[in-house]
Amino acid sequence: MTDASLVLPAPLAQASPGPVSDTGLDTWPLHQPAVLVRLAADPDGTQAGTLRRLAEVGCLPGETLRVVSRGWLRGGPVAVRVGQATFALRAHEAALLRVRPVSSSQG
Amino acid sequence: MDTPVPRLALLGQPNCGKTALFNRLTGARQKVANYAGVTVERKTGWLTTPAGRRTQVIDLPGTYSLAPLSQDEAVTRDLLTGRLAGEAPPDLLVCVVDATHLQLHLRLVLEARALGLPMLLVLNMADVAAAQGVRIDTACLAERLGLPVVTAVGVQRHGAQALLAQIDDVLAHAVAPHPEGVADQIPDPAELHRQVRALLADAVHTPVQRWALSDRVDRWVLHPVWGYVGLAALLFLMFQAVFAWAAWPMEALDTGMAVLGEWVGTRLADGPLRSLLVDGVIAGVGGVLVFLPQILILFLFIFVLEDSGYLPRAAFLMDRLMGTVGLSGRSFIPLLSSFACAVPGVMATRTIGHWRDRWLTILVAPLMTCSARLPVYALLIGAFVPRRSVAGVFNLQGVMLFGLYALGILSAMGVAFAVSRRTGGGARTPLLMELPAYRLPHLRNIARGLWERTTIFLRRVGGVILALMVLLWFLSSYPAPPAGFTGAPIEVSWAGRLGHLLAPLFAPLGFDWRIVVALIPAMAAREVVVAALGTVYALSASGDQVADALGGLIGSQWSLATALSLLVWFVYAPQCVATLAAIRREAGGWRHAAVVAVYLFALAYGASWLTYRLALAWGAA
Repeated sequence: MTDASLVLPAPLAQASPGPVSDTGLDTWPLHQPAVLVRLAADPDGTQAGTLRRLAEVGCLPGETLRVVSRGWLRGGPVAVRVGQATFALRAHEAALLRVRPVSSSQG
Repeated sequence: MDTPVPRLALLGQPNCGKTALFNRLTGARQKVANYAGVTVERKTGWLTTPAGRRTQVIDLPGTYSLAPLSQDEAVTRDLLTGRLAGEAPPDLLVCVVDATHLQLHLRLVLEARALGLPMLLVLNMADVAAAQGVRIDTACLAERLGLPVVTAVGVQRHGAQALLAQIDDVLAHAVAPHPEGVADQIPDPAELHRQVRALLADAVHTPVQRWALSDRVDRWVLHPVWGYVGLAALLFLMFQAVFAWAAWPMEALDTGMAVLGEWVGTRLADGPLRSLLVDGVIAGVGGVLVFLPQILILFLFIFVLEDSGYLPRAAFLMDRLMGTVGLSGRSFIPLLSSFACAVPGVMATRTIGHWRDRWLTILVAPLMTCSARLPVYALLIGAFVPRRSVAGVFNLQGVMLFGLYALGILSAMGVAFAVSRRTGGGARTPLLMELPAYRLPHLRNIARGLWERTTIFLRRVGGVILALMVLLWFLSSYPAPPAGFTGAPIEVSWAGRLGHLLAPLFAPLGFDWRIVVALIPAMAAREVVVAALGTVYALSASGDQVADALGGLIGSQWSLATALSLLVWFVYAPQCVATLAAIRREAGGWRHAAVVAVYLFALAYGASWLTYRLALAWGAA
């Protein structure tokens, strides 16, 4: 049901490649704040809707995110605090959020 | 009537309280709960403003943005942008935001503002925001946005007064015509985000410690171990309660029905009218009525869970498992709704964006045990499973009920797994689901929900079930047996003959012709089988047995194997016309409905046969 026309606006889709040191939020430690560096590229075009929705709920570069819970077993969902809200994301969705520790210099 | 009635649309993000506000404004009773996606279609109501203006109010499904990802969100976008054929955009857009989540919700306001419609902003849940120490400078917000801003508490009696006054004001002055060519491009999320940030910095003071309680609760509720222990305990308690708490009101209803039957029986002369009332109406309809307390207890649990915000957490906990069998995380809430009834469950699949995921969810939704099956389970369990405790704490009947629900869930998992394996997809289905803040359930909300359930149940009992029972009584009583016939008259009636005709088909499952007769009207609604058994057994019983309650009657006449087989039949039971019609409507064709009916029938037949054979082999004859 996803419209073919629903694509990311240009500035986000071409977000800077970012430092090589960024990590997917899916593997980020629990309760550790993380700064969102960029949203991952969408190589096969299947994640466009998800990427846009993530940006719409506030997952934008510079935001601080926190994993508040991690589900059962490996590959389970994570609960992520974004601003004032909490969202449950599947691991492959969380992996689209590329983050780095808060302490390193803010861009 | 020369001036057209103004139309007002409620727009907002999921779970911001639009529907509570809609109910408050229009006196409607649409369902509200604490999770995203309760409203999946537009609802219309009417209100009269303080100045006496009659206004149409449209409640829309919540959406995070005007660029939809699923069908319910598309409804909202289409209505606002005038894409619906023959329908102009609304005259006034009432943008509702949750005052405790302004950062997330204000971006939709900015996006909607670009539509150029007359608009006003409602800061809903103002009471909760104030209690959390959030201070909002509404004047500043109004000035910066260029919109009137009011606060509201959708769940309080006078919570929408300011809004009503403001609607009058805006409608009186809204002379600005709709701009031609509504803005139709997707705005840059980053830019909107910057604007929201700037607005928040100027107009809102938010204390640092927020959400602390919800966070502390979530440490346990979402815990990788304790979370599951809690979920299992909760479900178990629910099924225990269905039997334990309902015992005395059910006995009272049962006794009431027996007394009523006897009273009518002694007042009326022996004849068709007495038979119709006693055997058809009281034995049939009364037999279903007895299960009202159990249905209400089940719904009490469902409503408390819905209102508290626990449901999306349960979805979170179950997501890994759902993903393994190829179901989307978004399937959880539609499937959970199916425990009440599969019809709203199938409708709720509109929140699932991918068609393949949606179809898979529709396919397995009828396997969730709906509340109409509860009377069937309760009757058979009550008749065949002794009321004794297991391991000192659990009631064996409750354990059995839990098992039947679990069987339905496991079968749904199995079907989903088999189908998604065959169709190949399912590797990367989305979840992206908001976990709302916990809330104490509103007593009034729950009481109203239970009352509504009671009236729905009574209407079914007094409507379709009563009508079917009268019909069944007629078919089971005529033609009258020839003189000198020694058996029960029902044996030679139309229903009896049909039952005998179909009996060989169901004999391998352990069903005799009387059960077959009762299964046919249960096509209309599953709980009808209980009423139908009541009528059929009342008519086939010889004089002195009639007063006996149905439970006792079948308990003495059926083998345990037959009872188990029938229980398992109802786990899969394809016969529910309303569900099949909903599937046809939502999936877009009878072909889909036929697929569901055929596979459910095959499963039901196979599983019942297996159960009957195994039970016989273990000596449960």
